[in-house]
Parts: sequence; structure tokens; C-alpha cells
Amino acid sequence: MSAVVAEHDDHHDHHEHGPAKGLLRWVITTNHKDIGTLYLLFALAMFFVGGTMAMIIRAELFEPGMQFVNPQFFNSMTTMHALVMVFGAVMPAFVGLANWMIPMMIGAPDMALPRMNNMSFWLLVAGVLLLASTLFMEGGAPASGWTLYPPLVLQTGKALPFAIFSVHLLGISSIMGAINIIATIFNMRAPGMTLMKMPMFVWTWLITAFLLIAIMPVFAGAVTMLLTDKFFNTSFFDAAGGGDPVLYQHIFWFFGHPEVYVMILPTFGVASTIIPVFARKPLFGYSSMVYATASIAFLSFIVWAHHMFTVGMPIAGELYFMYATMLIAIPTGVKVFNWTATMWKGSMTFETPMLFSIAFVVLFTMGGFTGLMMSVAPVDFQYHDTYFIVAHFHYTLVPASVFILMAAGYFWLPKWTGHMYDERIGRLHFWLSVVSVNILFFPQHFLGLAGMPRRIPDYAVQFADWNMISSIGGFIFGASQLLFLYIVIDTIKGGTGEKVTDEVWEDAAKHSLEWTLPSPPPYHSFTTPPTVIPTEHI
Amino acid sequence: MKKTKQLFAGLILMALGLGTAQAEYTLNLMKGVTKVSNDIYDLHMLVLWICVFIGIGVFGTMFYSIYHHRKSRGHKAEQFHENTTVEIIWTIIPTLILIGMAIPATKAMIELDDVQESEMSIKVTGHQWKWEYDYLDNGIHFFSSLDEASNKVRQVGSGIDPRSVPHYLLNVDKPLVIPTKKKIRFVFTSADVIHSWWVPDLGWKKDTNPGFINESWTSVDEPGTYRGQCTELCGKDHGFMPIVVIAMNEPDYNAWVDQQKAAVVAEAGSANKQWTTEELVAKGKTVYETSCASCHMQDGAGLPGTFPALKASPVVTGDINAQVKLVFEGKGMMPAFGKMLSAVDFAAVITYTRNGLGNSVGDSIQPSAIQTLQSATPAAD
Repeated sequence: MSAVVAEHDDHHDHHEHGPAKGLLRWVITTNHKDIGTLYLLFALAMFFVGGTMAMIIRAELFEPGMQFVNPQFFNSMTTMHALVMVFGAVMPAFVGLANWMIPMMIGAPDMALPRMNNMSFWLLVAGVLLLASTLFMEGGAPASGWTLYPPLVLQTGKALPFAIFSVHLLGISSIMGAINIIATIFNMRAPGMTLMKMPMFVWTWLITAFLLIAIMPVFAGAVTMLLTDKFFNTSFFDAAGGGDPVLYQHIFWFFGHPEVYVMILPTFGVASTIIPVFARKPLFGYSSMVYATASIAFLSFIVWAHHMFTVGMPIAGELYFMYATMLIAIPTGVKVFNWTATMWKGSMTFETPMLFSIAFVVLFTMGGFTGLMMSVAPVDFQYHDTYFIVAHFHYTLVPASVFILMAAGYFWLPKWTGHMYDERIGRLHFWLSVVSVNILFFPQHFLGLAGMPRRIPDYAVQFADWNMISSIGGFIFGASQLLFLYIVIDTIKGGTGEKVTDEVWEDAAKHSLEWTLPSPPPYHSFTTPPTVIPTEHI
Repeated sequence: MKKTKQLFAGLILMALGLGTAQAEYTLNLMKGVTKVSNDIYDLHMLVLWICVFIGIGVFGTMFYSIYHHRKSRGHKAEQFHENTTVEIIWTIIPTLILIGMAIPATKAMIELDDVQESEMSIKVTGHQWKWEYDYLDNGIHFFSSLDEASNKVRQVGSGIDPRSVPHYLLNVDKPLVIPTKKKIRFVFTSADVIHSWWVPDLGWKKDTNPGFINESWTSVDEPGTYRGQCTELCGKDHGFMPIVVIAMNEPDYNAWVDQQKAAVVAEAGSANKQWTTEELVAKGKTVYETSCASCHMQDGAGLPGTFPALKASPVVTGDINAQVKLVFEGKGMMPAFGKMLSAVDFAAVITYTRNGLGNSVGDSIQPSAIQTLQSATPAAD
């Protein structure tokens, strides 16, 4: 009762303290909910930009022969598709979720550093726009693959310094976001919210934020060396001046491997949040989930050269990186077993967020299996740089990270907007997506094993059938995502019109604090900390 | 319980069914033609089966649970959420499986890495976008690039059906020839960017790094033709630099070697004769299409911002010796063609650019002049 009175007083003191009027609200906002929304909408827009590039790629690969684009532009498309999806869509989407959910999950009024939060979002926009602008420059956008390997990347036209500067901006933005998340989690938890009571999503983001701070400067350093090699006569990666092009690959993958975990660890966190709610059971093995996440994060720093088995390493290097990589299967297995055990003997219902989460567990595990196969160094001498790896990482990114982002959207949209999405269209979106994503990516395993290299715009005729099937899957998958766009807009505008409760999902408030707030939550939530900490998840 | 057993049996049968179908539909990795490639195939199958069985276990449990433990069937949720024993079990069992995988994997890796006691060596140099082969033991040396038929079809909007070309994109003008039953050591390097040399039937690929040497080896038992491709993105025509390896019996191989040596002598002879401008232009056109057109384009228009146009170019229409020097020594992304082309091809292509592609300078250069230049320049390696 006293809490209600306190909130009321608070409201009187700061009645002017709502969002600014008009469009300027979105430019100057320091509110974690507004910034979260900006991140999520920006990510959704970039998901369609990157998706359009994927459609161009799949259209060219629909049949053997060169029909639509020249090879150089094709290479720009594969490069930009990856960069836009990684840095423009998946990472910002998870930062958006973090902005919205972390303060509400730990009972904090906002992020610890709200002004930096605003800056980190707008730097992201600047970085991605700068990157996109390279498409229109003389010589075209970077076409060396998202890994930007020298010497090839140094053959980029006018776009090279712009692409490098855009990486710098994206790096600064990510580091700021990560600092903010760490500062928030360490300093702004409600009384009683000990680290080992935090929701899994908060835990996974805490670990991810440390990964980001460790790796983004490494990537920035690597691309800066490219810049000086190109324009200031250094020879970091040029053998003629005493450098080594393979050095770049070591530096890049020291960044790159943790980077792919930056995209998957928060995914784990969301899955661990959603599955218990719809299984009506606590998460199985909370503490082992935390330790497994931390182990995966640690291992991600010591396995980088498994991306480079064929680059010509000494046998000791090959063996070490093979053994270390195999180890990742253990904590990853623990996570999958724990999710399964969470479902076991639960009382499950299958709303759209749960459907996407179950598909995530199954299809991510498929990606894990091919990952295990590729950890075996001698066999990787066959798999490396073929469509087998393309299938592998798309399984861990699309039906894993992207599916979980969809699941998170369906799970929290009612909380964010106060409106219920249309469950029938949600399920239709799920079934179309899950079927088409497998038509899209499963045949790529066969293509890779049969000998089709990745990043080629045209192929020998024996690869024609599977490529056509894969392209058809791609077109259906791409078109299906328009349904998601429709649902998001429709829900924001009022959805089914059904009044959603604070909890939205049955007994959700037992799992996490955000469900104790009204739907939609007030512009400023938890201005006084909550007194009861939910412990259902531990 | 009976139901689960039936489900299990069904799944295994399905998996076996896929296994037998794989030969016809190339769903699976190829076994290849060397001992190493067969070992790699066995290892691949081992890990694949491990994954299949774990998958059946995990997904089976999950789907059993999804079917039985649902609210619509009235299942009440139990509230257990921790069990240290099972956590330990599902940490230790995977560890043991991994050790079981690591042992044969280590053996295969060591075998793959052992280039000792090889009987001959071939140096492979990656170029944008062709391969250069040097037989280090007998001095045979040549370039190998995409065959003309594939090259015509693969132009954007060519409208020619790729199925009309045998081995579309997997055929070259001059294949690599190796003897069977000999341990052959390959050394790899690159003249420009990183490429990767992959023939799936040999069981491995290896990157070619500019300024560095990589090694690998093979020993093929059966004569045959084995095809592969570049597998490291190397620029615009990455998809168009295939590899063809022909393995021959010892006598056939020796005959091939003699033939190559004779061809070198004949080539030197033809460089000494006096060529007319028309002859050079005619020959130069084909050289241009295989060696120059991928950057400077078929019509000499280039790619603005990346590759300069040759049509009305000040270099091509200027002093002929300056043009020869530039093409001979290379500049920036332009490779040094001095040692890549024969004297005849070099003179022909220079003459062609000056009198074709919309240019009409009217002069020409004789192969003999190029030959003098080539013998005056010390070998690059």
C-alpha cells in the first residue's frame, strides 16, 4: 500500500517528465524503453535490407549460368548481406532487447548511462548508413567477404576507408552498449536481486557484454592495420615488407569467434526465459546454465584458428585447435539437455513464442552437430569453405538467433504495447518460417559435401537441383517474414483488441519482474525498487 | 515404451535408407581416390553417426515430452528443477565420446601432415584467376585456366545453356597431369591474393598465401580425371578458376612429359619466325580473351574505378615499348605477364590491343623481341 502512495507522489513531483513531443522524442530520448524500441525497429529494417541482398544471391544461384548480376556485384552482395545482418540486424536486435528488458528484469528504473545509450544507438545508425553508402561508390561495396581478408580487401575501390570507418563506428557503438549493460547489471539491481537470482537473459547479456568489450577493439585494430597497409605504406599483412596475410586471419578470428557467440549467448538467454513459462516449470539446472554460458564464453577465446585449418598451420596448432573446439560441445550439450529437461514433465502449451523456441532448440542443435563435425580438423580439410559451412552457420544464426528474436518479439510485444498479437497469424508465420528455412538451408549440406565451394556466383550443373530447391525455400522464407512485419505493425496499432493482463502469460510473474508491471509499462518503471524478487527460474 | 521402441526402429531405418540412397544423389561426402581421402571419409561417417544417434536420443526425448507433457492432455507440471547427478552424467558422457573421436582424428591429421619421403614435387601458384603449375623435378611449367566453352557460357546474360557444355565450370584449358602410385608433394604459394586449391577426390584443400609456402601431398592409385575448384574467395572470378588433375600410369605419364618438352622446343622455334600484324592480331584475340578479358572486359571497356579501359587508353595507344614494359612487369593489381605468357602470346596480345578493341595504332611487336626481353630478365624464383 505504501508503495502505491510513494509512486503517486513521485508522479506529482515530475509530471512534466514524460516523453518529448513529436519526432524529436526519438532523437533526444534517453529512456531505455524508447531506445530499445529504436534499436528493435532499426534491426527489423536492416533485417529486410540484408534479406533483400540474400534474395538477390538466391536469385542468381537459382539456376546455373549468370543471369542477373555480375560476379563482382555478387561478391559485394555476399559481403554486405553478412555485414548488414551481423552488425545491423542481429546484434542491434539483441541490444534492443537488452535495453527494454534488463532494467525491467532487475527492477531498475533505467539503464545506468542513459545519455551514452542514446549516443550508442545513433552511432550505430551512422555506422550502418556509412556502410550501406559504399554500395554506391566507385568500384562498388567491399566484395572480399565479411571477414575482409587481405590482400583481397585491399583491392576494394573507393569504398575501403569508408567501410573501415564504419566498422570503427559500429565498434564504438557496441562497446558503449556493452559498458552500459555491465554498469546497469552491477549497480542497479533491486535489493535482494543477487547475481545468482538474475534471470538467464540478464546473465547471458552480462557475459556477452564482457565478450564485446574484449573483442571489438581487436577488430578495430585489425581493420586499422588494413587502413595503414593500404594508405600509409605499412606492411602488417604484406610479405614483401615482412608482414603476413595470415596474421590478419588470426586477429580477425580472435575477434570473430567470440563475435559469433555474441549473437548466440543472448539467444540462449531468451530461450531459457521463454521455455519455462510455457512448460509451467522452473528452468532446469539454473546454475549449471550460468556456468555453461560462462564456459562457452571462455572457450570462445581459445578456439579461433578452427576457422583456419587449411591456412597452413603446424601440426601442433591444428591438433590444439581441434581439441579445444571439440570441448565446446560439452557446455553446449549441457544447455540443450537442460532445455529438454525443462520441458520434461511440464504442462506445455504452444503459443507462437514457444513454437519458435522449440524450433530453436532443435535446429540450433542441428547447427551444433555440423559444428562438431567441422571441429575434426582432417575432415574440415574437405568441409572448409564449402556450402557445408554455409549451412552450418546459417542454422546457428537463422533458425537459432533470428527465430529466438522472433520468439522474443511475440513473447514481449503484448507487454511492450499492451496489445495482443493475432495468434493465428503468428502460428502461420511460424509454420511457414520453420518449413521454408529447412528447405532453404538443409540442401546446402548436400551441396557442400558434393563439392560446391561457397561465395561463387555460378556453379557446375550437378549442383543445379539442390540450389534451385534452396532458392525456392529462400523465397518462401523471405516472403514469410513480411507476415512478421505485418504482425508487429498490427500489434502496435491495437492487435486483436483483447485486453492483456500484466502477466500476459499464465503465471509469468513468478518467473520475472517485468510481468509485475502494467502492460504497457509506464514510461518510467521501478522508480522505487520492487520488494519481492521472483525465484521461479532458479 | 513399446511405442518408443517402434519409433526408434523407424528412425534408424529411415536413416539407413538415406545412407543407401547417397551414391545416386550425391548427398554425402565423396570417398575420393587416396588413402587419406578414404580415412577422412570414414572419420566423417563416424562423427555423422554419433550426431545421428545423439540427435535421435535428444529429439526423441523432446518430442515424447512435447506429445505427452502438454497442458491440453491435462498433464500437470512437476516442479523439479535440479539434479546434480544427471548434470554430471551429461557432462561426462559427451567428454568420453569426444575422446573417442579425437583419437582417430589425431591419427588422420598426422597422416595428412606428413609430406616426407615424397617422390616428386609440384609447385602450385594461385593467380587471379588461374593456376600456375611448376614441376620442380623436370622443369615443366604451364598455366591452367577455365576452358573456353565454359568461359563463353558464364558471361552475364550469355543465354547459352550451361548443360550444353561438358563439365561446365569444372574444365580447364591445360590440366595438371600426375603419375599414379607415387607420393607427390605439392607446395603452394600465390602471386596476388589468397586462393585455396581443392580437389575433393584427393581429400583436402590448402590455401595459397602470397609470400609464404604451404605443403601437402597425395598419392593416387587409380588413373582418372579429378576435378576441383578454388575455395578461398579471391575476387571477381573466384568461381571461375577450376582445377583438373589427370592421374596417369607411369608409361603414359612419361610420354606426356616428353611431349611437353618437345612443345617447349617448338614454341621457341615459332618465336624466331617473322609474324605479320594480321597473324599476331588473330592469335592475340584468343590470348586476350583468356588472359585479359576477365578484368579489362571482352570489349576493352574495363570496369570503371577498378580496372582501366584499354580502348583509347593512353598506354595502349602510346609508345609500344612503354606498354610492353608495363605488361611485362605488372603494376598494382595488374600481374607481371612477362613470365606468364610465351613470347608469341605476349607479342600477339600486345599487337591485338593496339589494333583491336576499337584501337588502330597500326604497329606491332615481334615475338623474337619479347624472347630477348625474357632471356634478359632473371627468373623470378
